[in-house]
Amino acid sequence: MNIGGIDAVAAVLLVPLAGAALLAVLPGYRSTARLNVLFSLLTLLAAGSLLVGERPAPGSYLLVDDLNIVFIVLNTFVGFTTSAFSASYIGHELETGRLTPRYLRFYHAMYQVMMFGMNLALVANNIGLMWVAVELATLSTVVMVGIYRTHEALEAAWKYFILGSVGIALALFGTILVYMAARPVVGEGLDAMVWTLLLAHAADFDPALVNVAFVFLLLGYGTKVGLAPLHAWLPDAHAEGPTPISAVLSGLLLNVALYAVLRFKLLLAANPGALATGPLMVTMGLASVLLAALMLYRRRDIKRMFAYSSIEHMGIIVFAFGMGGPLANFAGLLHMVMHSLTKSAIFFAVGHIAQVKGTQRMSEIGGLTVTHPLLGWSLVFGVVAIAGLPPMGIFMSEFLLISSTFTRAPLLTVVLVGGLLLAFGALLLRLNELAFGEPKGALTPVHASYVPMLAHLALVLAAGLFLPGPIVAWFQNVAALLG
Amino acid sequence: MDALLFDIAHMLAGGLVLLSFVMLYQDRLSALLNVFALHAIVLAASVAWQAYAQDAPHLYITAVIALAFKAVVIPTALHRIIRRLGIHREIENVVGIGPTMLAGMGLVALSLVVMLRVTTEADPLAREDLAFALSVVLLGLLIMVTRRNAVGQVVGFMSLENGLVLAAAGARGMPLVVEISVAFSILIAFIVIGIFLFRIRERFDTVDLQALDRFRGERR
Repeated sequence: MNIGGIDAVAAVLLVPLAGAALLAVLPGYRSTARLNVLFSLLTLLAAGSLLVGERPAPGSYLLVDDLNIVFIVLNTFVGFTTSAFSASYIGHELETGRLTPRYLRFYHAMYQVMMFGMNLALVANNIGLMWVAVELATLSTVVMVGIYRTHEALEAAWKYFILGSVGIALALFGTILVYMAARPVVGEGLDAMVWTLLLAHAADFDPALVNVAFVFLLLGYGTKVGLAPLHAWLPDAHAEGPTPISAVLSGLLLNVALYAVLRFKLLLAANPGALATGPLMVTMGLASVLLAALMLYRRRDIKRMFAYSSIEHMGIIVFAFGMGGPLANFAGLLHMVMHSLTKSAIFFAVGHIAQVKGTQRMSEIGGLTVTHPLLGWSLVFGVVAIAGLPPMGIFMSEFLLISSTFTRAPLLTVVLVGGLLLAFGALLLRLNELAFGEPKGALTPVHASYVPMLAHLALVLAAGLFLPGPIVAWFQNVAALLG
Repeated sequence: MDALLFDIAHMLAGGLVLLSFVMLYQDRLSALLNVFALHAIVLAASVAWQAYAQDAPHLYITAVIALAFKAVVIPTALHRIIRRLGIHREIENVVGIGPTMLAGMGLVALSLVVMLRVTTEADPLAREDLAFALSVVLLGLLIMVTRRNAVGQVVGFMSLENGLVLAAAGARGMPLVVEISVAFSILIAFIVIGIFLFRIRERFDTVDLQALDRFRGERR
């Protein structure tokens, strides 16, 4: 669709790119932080116009359809609110000297590069292009995780880099195998990497080859999703980088990798001879939920704890998509959106809390509802939501998931519920110490912008109370698409 | 003629696997870098041979990139880094050489069994290439896990990428976009790594990852 001669798809990609170029050369942190917000807002508007407007026909590189538009809008929205949070967060980091203006310029440019990479991965209609985009998004987050240059940050960035690279290498091998499977059917060259063509011809692919390809792709992109045996990078990367980056990692990058897995799942579903992808995903999902739930009890670092909670929730989402069927897919989609909004809101709150207290250790933080009522109660609200209590959106998606899978696989559902309850207990236990009880740590007032956090929490609450008809219809449509 | 094409491709790809094994047991960093440079040269030859066999001139570009960056630029730079850090003589494997070699053989057997079984319908050239490529990828992983040293891990990672380039070259008609992107990703990866190594040195005066382990998040 054209607005004044500018293609909306191109705008979603070019705005962050232009932003990155401009922010890389401009000095001064106040103006660049505002520019960062402005560019993110423009990207969001472009994505919004994609949503309401007419969609362009799929080309050999770019594609907008019902599935990825959900991801694009969510991605650009959280990208925008996080940039607003980042503006107030970064000011404090400069004052305390943890970041210098030179690094800040780099940080803002990388933020836009990361948004570009994620948007490109989402709109790519070409498995090669998607791979390149995911790699770009990963590399830009690696350097941002290491930006504080403390011992811990370097260790975290190195671990993230090595594990992420291995994951992405396996994904490339899988991509090559998919091309090999498609070549005899679709024909040589670029066509054999185009999603829409692949999907149309998937039934004729050699099943054995696509099976092996999927295993590599699931392991490769699954590393990025943070699935159980491959999750080791995730807590470190979340805990040691700047908090806005923790928010986008949890809220967005994990979703982008999940999107890639879902696309390939669709490809296998279209091939009658291929293996059922459900059991693989269900197993990895359940393993992630259980492992993360147990690990939650031993956390001492507040950001690390919420990172494990992200692993748990990605596990739930992968479980939901692995079970398949309209209702479980619907629950999975809803859970993904709700988790992104809630978890980034929690990280917004945690970022300010860690700044006020000057520490991320939970034993040195206490009585937040008394000392900083707005921050404290927002944290309470967010944690209660993420733990899955009614009436918030996450309760609804978890309830839908459990009720829809209980009849089909009662045993698995019992395991899932066990994991959820374990995680619930751990979160509330910690919340009690953090938010209530005797005040601990510094009492200085906080200079925060509460708007992004409150906006996210309001959306989560609203979704739990009432989902508008058009959104439900839209999600149902996508859920049916996912099979 | 066809048999000769096949045999030479086979020999070059097999040579890559062999060199991966040689890398596995190198216990000095500078020797490891030299073997890696040789690995990259054989990769370049293998890709160039594929370009000739498939009559796909764009693959020559990939071969030249492999030769220039991976066989010359990167080893030279890494040599300079390790010399400046004064670690060019030392290296220590986490696991002994014997078990590592056995594990490597197991991985090669695994990849041959998996790939040859699923690609029965592909043409033999691509088929063998893919099986060897997977072996190189898995051996690269093994090199990475058996090294404690940051430079050693990076070399392992790059040999893994070599396996991917071999696989991409073997897939007939795979678009150039991907090959260039592979080369670019290696370049980017190298830049990132370069920055990291520099920062690690700045902070610790060592690139031994065991030193990093002491600073892990929750053991404060």
